[in-house]
Amino acid sequence: MVKMSTARQTEPWQSAEVPGPKKALLINDPRIVLALIKRSKNPILIVGHRAAEIELSGGQLVDYIIRLAEAANLPVVSSPSIQGEFIRRGFKRIIGMPVVDIANRLTDAGWAGLNNKGQHDLALLIGFKYYVGWLILSGLKHFSPNLKTVSLDMYYQPHASWSFPNITREEWEKNLNAIISGLG
Amino acid sequence: MGIGFKLDFEKNLRLRIGEIKSDIGVLKNIEVSIGKVIGEEWAEEIGPTPFPSIVDLREWDFKLLQRYKPFYMPFCDLCCLCTFGKCDLTGDKRGACGLNMTGQQSRIVLLACCIGAATHTSHARHLIEHLIGKFGRDRPLDVGGLNVEVEAPITRLVCGVKPRTLGDLEDILGYLEREIVRLLAATHTGQEESNLDFESKVFHAGMIDHVALEIADIAQISALGFPKADPEAPLTEIGLGVVDSTKPVILVIGHNVPPAAAIVDYLMDNGLYGGVEVTGLCCTAHDVTRYNPKAKIVGPISWQLRFIRSGVADVIVVDEQCIRADTLIEAQKIRAPVIATSDVNCIGLPNRTGDEVNKIVEDLVSGSQPGALILDPAKAAEVAVKTALLIAPKRMKFKSLPDTSDVVEGAKNCRKCDDCRRACPNDLPIKEALAQALNGNLDALASLYDECVGCARCESACPINLPLHSFIIKAAEKKLKEEKYKIRVGRGAIQDVEIRSVGSPIVLGEIPGVVAFVGCANYPRGGGEVAEMAVEFAKRRYIVVASGCAAMSIAMHKDEEGKSPYEAFPGVFDAGGIVNVGSCVSNAHIAGAAIKIASIFARRRLRGNYEEIADYILNRVGAVGVAWGAMSQKAAAIASGFWRLGIPVIVGPHGLKYRRMLLGRKDKPEDWYVYDARTGEKVYVGPAPEHLFYAAETKEEAMVMIAKLCMRPNDTTRGRAIKLSHYIDLHKRFFGTMPDDVHLFVRTLADVPLTMRDEVIKILEEKGWKENIIPDPTLLPRLVRRRVSG
Repeated sequence: MVKMSTARQTEPWQSAEVPGPKKALLINDPRIVLALIKRSKNPILIVGHRAAEIELSGGQLVDYIIRLAEAANLPVVSSPSIQGEFIRRGFKRIIGMPVVDIANRLTDAGWAGLNNKGQHDLALLIGFKYYVGWLILSGLKHFSPNLKTVSLDMYYQPHASWSFPNITREEWEKNLNAIISGLG
Repeated sequence: MGIGFKLDFEKNLRLRIGEIKSDIGVLKNIEVSIGKVIGEEWAEEIGPTPFPSIVDLREWDFKLLQRYKPFYMPFCDLCCLCTFGKCDLTGDKRGACGLNMTGQQSRIVLLACCIGAATHTSHARHLIEHLIGKFGRDRPLDVGGLNVEVEAPITRLVCGVKPRTLGDLEDILGYLEREIVRLLAATHTGQEESNLDFESKVFHAGMIDHVALEIADIAQISALGFPKADPEAPLTEIGLGVVDSTKPVILVIGHNVPPAAAIVDYLMDNGLYGGVEVTGLCCTAHDVTRYNPKAKIVGPISWQLRFIRSGVADVIVVDEQCIRADTLIEAQKIRAPVIATSDVNCIGLPNRTGDEVNKIVEDLVSGSQPGALILDPAKAAEVAVKTALLIAPKRMKFKSLPDTSDVVEGAKNCRKCDDCRRACPNDLPIKEALAQALNGNLDALASLYDECVGCARCESACPINLPLHSFIIKAAEKKLKEEKYKIRVGRGAIQDVEIRSVGSPIVLGEIPGVVAFVGCANYPRGGGEVAEMAVEFAKRRYIVVASGCAAMSIAMHKDEEGKSPYEAFPGVFDAGGIVNVGSCVSNAHIAGAAIKIASIFARRRLRGNYEEIADYILNRVGAVGVAWGAMSQKAAAIASGFWRLGIPVIVGPHGLKYRRMLLGRKDKPEDWYVYDARTGEKVYVGPAPEHLFYAAETKEEAMVMIAKLCMRPNDTTRGRAIKLSHYIDLHKRFFGTMPDDVHLFVRTLADVPLTMRDEVIKILEEKGWKENIIPDPTLLPRLVRRRVSG
């Protein structure tokens, strides 16, 4: 469970990245993410290159992501520079695609989707530099009206539909574990 | 009676008469244009778009924008440009003026590009007027002697004129200024509603910017004796450690070289040169070493604060562009006077241009005034030298860097609020590094140095005003002193003979590409990444060119033998060369080289023939720009100029903040058809090049994309096989897999690299690949030579 405390937890992590009137709803309980995934008809998980740099107590972030993807049977697209990390771990169905390309496609209502099942209705993002996630989520907020976005990074991302607040690495890990076990 | 003539920039000697009396009466407000030689001595037939207006190339722009559609990532959800606002433009909302979010984003991009183009044009205006004042309007242009006949390829292409003298360049400025005013006017409330029209104007701003770059640089090359297209331009020193701090030190910062050149002149004329160090930051540093290679470069613009605080500079001379807006404050901390020399950067100082030199010097040395605005470069130079000589013994290199004990004390007082990290563009763990300094170990702080962009936002954010940037610099002091590298000074233009030699292998694809590392130093992980990329592609026998801060970052790297890339690789515009063209304005020579390939090698008509040349470059010249640390509006304008020419640009992750990419869709085959100029048939050529403006998250992603974006529809099978082998090799090395789109780049089996044949053919079979023809590619129906019947 996310520990909610001060207002600073719901400020943008980079203090100057002040958004507009429409800001992300808080994920203050991992069950929110579970519900969003379960309710989604065609979700997608988008992974940034930092997933192969961040160490958590149970391995690299990429290990958690693979568990999450397997538990929910999510199609996964990653930054090309870390697709090898997935393959090395036996997760062969990874698709490497630059983040600007996948985001651009998600704004196209006519795109067949990563799995040819049509428009995605939920995109979960994780493993991004803060400002990269901030801008990509901004593009999706404005130009993908039918897409809900969820930021699973440990910082508040105001342009997402749903985001964790700014939390510690321990709290983040606890929440990721809760989501993974909830899906399993 | 009034007589009016349309202003024609080819015939731009204008005569304006307010009132004239004659036998037939009184004539008022007469304006006469008289033909000028520059339009008439050039035998080449004029093309369709000399001095294009803001709509003349709109159709070409729309062709590009149809394929490379804008993808916007708004940096702000609101518009606050008029008093209706703020207006919330989230999603499909429209503001009070009716504009929606795509319109607003493209409008802001246009504003940025107008700022950039205006800055370069203003720079060019100042420089050219200064040089005309010194050398006269008739001073001939000479950028490479007999080796460079096409002295101004961009100007010839855009304006349709062939400038011969400094005075001819001044005439061109009027056109540039008119276009920028028109473009800026288009950003006013209620002027445009289509984002694509804004984007077309963005391209126009970029094209105007490139002309400004070119005329500024060829003016200074011609008049100031810079290297003239010399592949063996001398090596000079770069790095914080190369400055001899036992001497009086003058630091020049900015982009506009006359004051710095005048300092060199004054020192030479008075026999003082060996006794005073002339050092520079950013493009003025490039240009002062082009003027005199004994001058030294401290580093890119992000070295500004760290060098000032080191206390080494005794006098700081600023001209214009990219100079920190707290230079005077920082200079006062080290008791160094500042001399401002540009009317666009007066920094609040009193204008002493009319005062007597010794009086100004006295005021600066005594500290009664912190600096002076001196708009006469020669006087500014004399004041700078005299002040440096007198103040150096008094200052004793007074620095504003802390001692180790200050860092430890700071660590004790730190509130651990993390505001420093939250203000840092690169999210550096400053709090954690400072915590480790508690026991006097500064290693963690020192480790932040390479990735620090020198902005000092951490200090502004700190609630107890810890000088955190200085703490990092103190921790890395040893490293700073060891920063000693070599850079080849900016050579300027590419020789026509070099173009003749590489034109064919580039267009046929046998030299796999031209990669230009350009732009600012807002790097996500330090400048070492730029050096690494440049060396990788030089080793692969691409032609690597560089300019501006990126050219400096390439230098600040050593191989196992202790050589910098400029020592290890030749400065020739050929496969395996690393070519420093010079400062920001020298970017013109990179675009110019692409244009000259079309003109000199392929003999396409250049004069006022923009669309055809851009079409040629897009389809045949495998060139890519990489602006890994681009941050400025000027960089945006420079990139826009490359886009209109059909040259893709890759930026680092901070480049996403330009808020708009131009992305192709390789999954949409219908976007990748061209005309075969031989038959008029439409032919699928694959996504080559796939994007026009693209941000990569990592250097590895950038390198793979560089190789991919060098592919062009015109590549021969041999050329395509070479390009594919680099793309596949880099993809496998950095991503660990074969590219999933390789089939899109294979037109016939002869395109497949021999050493990768089995792997590639397996993919072709899986993807149901079909052979295609290699056309004579063009997007312009008018270039089709013979139509297929029916």
